[in-house]
Parts: sequence; C-alpha cells; structure tokens
Amino acid sequence: MSNKEKAIAVQCYHCGEDCVDKPVHVHEKDFCCEGCRMVYEILNQNGLCDYYAISKNPGINQRIKIRENKFAFLDDENIQQSLTVFKDDKQTHISFYLPQMHCSSCLWLLENLHRLNENVISSKVNFTRKEADIIFNHRNVSMREVAELLTAIGYEPYISLNDAKNRKPKVSKSKIYKLGVAGFCFGNIMLMSFPEYLGIDAKEQSLVNIFRYLNVLLSLPVFFYSSSELYMSAWKSLKHGFLSIDAPIVLAVVVTFGRSLYEVLSGTGSGYFDSMAGIVFFMLIGRVLQDKTYEQLSFERDYTSYFPIAVTRVKDEKEETAPLQDIKLNDTLLIHNQELIPADGILTKGKAVVDYSFVTGESLPVEKEMGEIIYAGGKQIGSNIEMLVVKEVAQSYLTKLWNREEFSRNSIDSERSFVHLLSKYFTWIVLFLSLSSATYWYFNDVSRMWVAATSVLIIACPCALLLSNTFTNGNILRILGRRHLYLRNAQTIEDIAGVDYIVFDKTGTLTTGRYNELAYSGMPLSKDVKRKIAALASQSTHPMSKAIAAWTNENNRAKVAAYEEHTGKGVEGIVDGEFITLGSKSYVTGVHAERDIETATYLSIDGNVLGKFTFRNHYRNHVPLMIKRLRKKYELAVLSGDNAGEKDYLQELLGFNANILFHQKPEDKLEAIKHLQQTGKRVMMVGDGLNDAGALRQADVGIAVAENSNNFTPASDAILEADQLPYLYKFIQLCKDNKKVVMAAFTVSILYNIVGNYYAVQGLLSPMYAAILMPCSSISILLITFGFSNFSAWRMRLK
Amino acid sequence: MSVIILLLIASITVACLFLAAFIWSVKNGQYDDEESPPLRMLFDDPPLEHKEKTTSL
Repeated sequence: MSNKEKAIAVQCYHCGEDCVDKPVHVHEKDFCCEGCRMVYEILNQNGLCDYYAISKNPGINQRIKIRENKFAFLDDENIQQSLTVFKDDKQTHISFYLPQMHCSSCLWLLENLHRLNENVISSKVNFTRKEADIIFNHRNVSMREVAELLTAIGYEPYISLNDAKNRKPKVSKSKIYKLGVAGFCFGNIMLMSFPEYLGIDAKEQSLVNIFRYLNVLLSLPVFFYSSSELYMSAWKSLKHGFLSIDAPIVLAVVVTFGRSLYEVLSGTGSGYFDSMAGIVFFMLIGRVLQDKTYEQLSFERDYTSYFPIAVTRVKDEKEETAPLQDIKLNDTLLIHNQELIPADGILTKGKAVVDYSFVTGESLPVEKEMGEIIYAGGKQIGSNIEMLVVKEVAQSYLTKLWNREEFSRNSIDSERSFVHLLSKYFTWIVLFLSLSSATYWYFNDVSRMWVAATSVLIIACPCALLLSNTFTNGNILRILGRRHLYLRNAQTIEDIAGVDYIVFDKTGTLTTGRYNELAYSGMPLSKDVKRKIAALASQSTHPMSKAIAAWTNENNRAKVAAYEEHTGKGVEGIVDGEFITLGSKSYVTGVHAERDIETATYLSIDGNVLGKFTFRNHYRNHVPLMIKRLRKKYELAVLSGDNAGEKDYLQELLGFNANILFHQKPEDKLEAIKHLQQTGKRVMMVGDGLNDAGALRQADVGIAVAENSNNFTPASDAILEADQLPYLYKFIQLCKDNKKVVMAAFTVSILYNIVGNYYAVQGLLSPMYAAILMPCSSISILLITFGFSNFSAWRMRLK
Repeated sequence: MSVIILLLIASITVACLFLAAFIWSVKNGQYDDEESPPLRMLFDDPPLEHKEKTTSL
C-alpha cells in the first residue's frame, strides 16, 4: 500500500505530471509513460540533456501516441510545395507552427535540432508566433522526416488547410518607418531652432538663414512622407462624407507648414517647423501604440484553418494521402482516431463516435452506425472508420454555416467612437475662433490678420484630444493583452464599455467541454457490484462506458458472458451470473423519455433498476464566482446547443430572471442576439465553438474563448484565453475607465488650449511659445493617460 | 563661423546614420520577436562533458 502511495507522488522527469500508473524507471529517473521515456532517450543519446536543466520538467506529456503515418501526406509533392517557403537545389526552408512550445527549454531544444539530425541545417524559433523556421538539406532528409523528428521530441507540427492556401501576409512596417523619420526630423529641427530662440546675433544673417533653410529641408520628409498617414485617413473619412478627427489635424499641419514656409522664404521669421514635426511625431506614436496588432492572432479565421491539409483516401483497396482540395464526391475516406471529419458523408465501415462539441455545443460524443450520415467538423474518437463523401468539402453543412451572408458584417468602426463626436464640436469651435479673430483684426490691424488666424489653427489643433485617445487605448490594449484578452482594435474597448447584456455559451465556454464529472445517484453499490459494472462497461468503447469504468476505480475485471451492445441504447451482459444492463432510460427502464433532458445512463441488475449515472459538466475554475459578480450589473443569458441537463444549476447561478435556452442551433443563437438588439440592448456574446460563430459576429462585442489563442477560434472581436475568463468583469470595468481617462486628459488639454489661444487670437504667438507649449501639453497628456490607466489596472489587480 | 558649418554637417551626418540604422533594424526584423532573443543569448555555450557527435556549425 505504502509502495503504491509513493508511486502516486512520483513526478515524471520529462513532463512533470504525476505518474498515475506504474512509473517507467530508467537511468534512475521516473517517467509517466513510454512516450516520455523515449523522448528522454533520444535527447540523452544526443547529449541534449541540458533541456532538463534550463527549465524544470519542460517536456510535453507523451501519453497519447501519435499515429505512425500521420505525416505521410508530407511526401506529396503538391503539399510540399505549398508549405515550402524557399527551395534551391540544396536546401529547403519551411516554417512549422508548433503549438506545444512554451518555455526556454523548448526554444533551446528546437534551435539545436541540427544536433539530432545533421541534415537539418538550422532552425530558428519565433517564440511569439510559436513558429520554427527550419532549413534542411532535402537530399538527405525529407520534409516528412523533419516533421516526424519534431513529433518524436514532443513538438508535433500543426498543419492545417489554411497553411497550404496562403502564406501569411507581411506585416506592414511603413508606420514605424514614418515614425522614425518624424522623430529624427523633429529632434533635429528643435536643435536647429535653438540659436533663433536663444537670440542669435543679428549680424550673423547668413548663419540664421542656414539654420532656417536646414529646417525647411528637414521638415519636407515630415510633411510629405510621415504625415501621409494622417492625410490618408482624413481623406478616407471625408470620402464617406464624415468629418473625422484627422481632418482638423491635417488642416493644422498644412497651415503650419504653409505659413512657416512663407515666413522663411520672405525672411520675416523662422516659422513653426518644430511644432509641426512635434505634432506629427506624437500623433504617429499614438497611432503605432493603438494599432499594435497581435500579429500571431487572426480574428478572421475561417474553416480552412480548422481543417486538415490532407486526408487518407481509400482507392482500389489501397490507402493513399490526398490533399483536401482533391476530395471529390464518392471518394472513400479513412478517418483515424482523433481526426476531423472533413466532409459530409455516409459511414461505410466501422463504428463512429463523433465529438461534435465544437460544432454544435453538445457536450457528449454521438454514436453513429454504418449507413448513417456524419457531418463535417466532428472529431472521430476510438477506432478507424471509413466514409463515403456525399458532399464536397466546400459544400458541407459546416462550411455553409460559415459562409452565410448575414454573418459578414461591414461597418466603419472608427466612426462610432465618442471621440469623433467630440472632435466635431471641437473643429467647428476652432474654425469659428480663427475666423472671428481674423475678422476682428481685419478691421483693426490688417497686418495681424493672417498671423492671428493661422496661430489659432496651429495652437488649437485637436491633437491633444486625439493623443489622449490613442495613448489611453494603446495602453489599455497592452494591459489587456498581457492578461491574454486580445482585442481586434481600439474601438472594441469602447464597445465593451457600452455593453449591458451578456450572453454566454455553455459547452467549452463556461464549462471545459472536455472533462465531465460523473455522478451516481440511486441505491448504494457494493465493491463487488462495482467490479461487475466495471467489467461490463470496459467492454464498450463508448465514452460513457469508459467514464463509468474509470469511475468504479476497479482494475480486477471479471469475465463477461453474452455481451451485447445496442448502439444508441446501451450494453448488457452476464457477469458472475448476474445480468447487468447499462443504457438509456427507455432501454433500461422501459419508460420512454420525450426528449433527453439530461445525459444519464441507467443501471439495472437482473431487471431491477438500481440507479443512474449522470454526467455533470465541469465548470471552469472561478466561473461561478464571476457570474455572481456580473449578475449584479448586467443581464445575463445562456444559449447552449446542449441538452437541458444543467438547467437547474445554471438558473440558480444566473438568477431566476435570466434567460437560459438549450437545444439552440447556430441560427437560433444568431436570432436571439438580433432580437435582444432590437429591444435596445447592447449585447456581448462570449462563446467558443463554430455554433457560436454567427452570434459572435452579430453581437456588439463577440469574445471567442480559447484554450490556446494561437489555435483555431471563430471570427470575433476579441480572443480571450480560457483561464482568464473569471476576470471578465474586471476587463469590462477597465474598458469603462478608459473613457474617464480620455476625458480627464482632454480637459487638461483644453486648459492648454485656452492659454495658447489667449495669445494666438491677439496675434502674439511666437514660435518659441508654440514650441514650448506643444510638447508640454503632449507630454502631460502622455503622463495622465499612462498614469491613470495603469492606476486603474493596478487598483483592480490586473497588473 | 566655418567651424559651425563643419559641426552642423558632422552632427547631421551622425544623426542620419542613426536613422539609417533604425530603419535597417526594423527592416531586418529585429523587433518582430521580442521574446526569443533575450532567452537565446543565455544558452550559447555548448555543453562540454557530453559526447559530441556534431559540433555546432
């Protein structure tokens, strides 16, 4: 007994998980399974055991074996070609996505691949994207062997149909270049302006001119190159008949540049080049911060990144690998354990147990018999099956669901922001001020008219408003990103803040979807009875039976006689002279159930019904607590594609007014959201599966919950890592604070504007005042936005 | 007088070099992955005591 206890406490040297069964003991180290041991042996033979020294137990559990011929499709020329980045007569460059990568040990091992196989020339890891760029000598090693090598050490490449279609587009860096140029020019113009500000000797006229013309020269790249960013966005919204916040800024930049150029050329002054370069520079910083995109994440994924790149086709009794695009009607496909069903078809061989949880939201796998139709998107669990394709991949139920018209939403995000509303007033006020001061001076002192009118435009440009907005948004995006909530863009912050109704999906969102807890209710079972049940249940591969067998915790199995399995109903058999039946309610008790209210398996021995096993969903940690908090401020609802087994629990959790609906098809979810929006609600949808895809897009804010944000998620406004779901109420609060911070910063900038305009309308604004005032207001806004947004994150313990 | 001109030329040249260096570094992808390089520099030493099959390239 004590020996057994000790065994339980042993941790696997490779993956760090507890060794549940007997640990494998090699080289004075314990491993939880053969898989982990094999990885260790490979590394040990090649002197790569530093892997274990860099991080503790860095390995990935190898208990689930990967099929031998899984990467056979990489021998196919076409597939090879579509995955290759670069190829010459000696080497091939390829980029693999390795979702298992997680620590510095992984990085080290993957970059030392050449020590495992000398034909791998080099490998370079991009940790952020979890990709490895591998260069190998294709004369001596094939792409398949490289993939198998990676798999052998525990990093199985994830290759989806999407990889074959298009290489990832390069991220545009033009904004960064523009920022760099603007910063360079800004700094140098400031430097060149010092002599003028500090009072250069008037006798040195030639020197003064040199400085001025240098400034003109330096301002050209700012005006023509760096500011093009602003011109483009202002023009874009003007074309839509909309006065965006960029328009007055462009006006200010153009007016400043024109007036300064005039002053220098006519020799009347030094101009405001430094202020202009400053505006553009700060503006671009704000933009770069706010537009920080999560390159490795895609918010517009479609089914192709979910589907495999190739499948096994059976032709003339032979198995072959075929690219998914080549699959035609009436092809016979072989689907292995844990593989995705790529097209709608009829089951022709084997018994299918299909996990549709991602597609429909059903938490338990569905059993299918030969001759039945199986739909694309499900995952086969258990033995291999064969199927006849009846609909091509692009026409399957799943892809149709995806391509539905109403799911494509177009709206110009930027025009919804409250900042644009504010800026509109601001623009009109500035124009009015400028005009009225011009009129005043026209009657009093014509010489001052142009000076005063342009000064107002220069000093009052709404850059402060834009700055406070972009900087706050940028910072909030960063704080949320660090907590693994990735927003599509800055507008999403405002949308989240405006939400008043939150709809959750159940399977995979509130629950983990994978692990179900088994509960038994009924007459108590003796150890002996349990042993018999285990014997019967272990005969079947049905997930329910497997779970029951595991629940009994009995390994000493008895013999089963007259075993029979009735698909969709249950199993029966004689164990030690007792006739035991396990199965659905109607099968075991004879009472017919209208609709499955819960997922239950009934047990009877010799005709007496003893009790039932029910599956309870396993809720994510702390989720009930989060719901209780959200309940106080928001209306909540649950839309689930699953059966109503959890209704009572959810109702209690969400409150009695909450709307909780089951058996929801994807269309039902979409309609439900639409209906809520028609009643004036601003709806946030939190979901994970394909069945939520429509609802996620329809909702004002759609948040996709994912176990691993790099993996597949339906198109959405935001992606949240599942373990951060409990903090949802804090994230919403932070988004609300965002607006307050922007307003505070804006108020401060108004004060600066009042001071500046006081001089400007009098025509007294000297370039030096402008040069001091501009950076001052920008920097104080920077401090306010960063300070306040970090403070509110810190107060909520989000930092 | 002419000294100032010389200094100006020198300072602007240096500044331009830095701008060019910045643009080059962005183009070169030095800001693409901010996580692996700081880790990578920590494991440069190849282990000595193990049997060496293929030394680093």
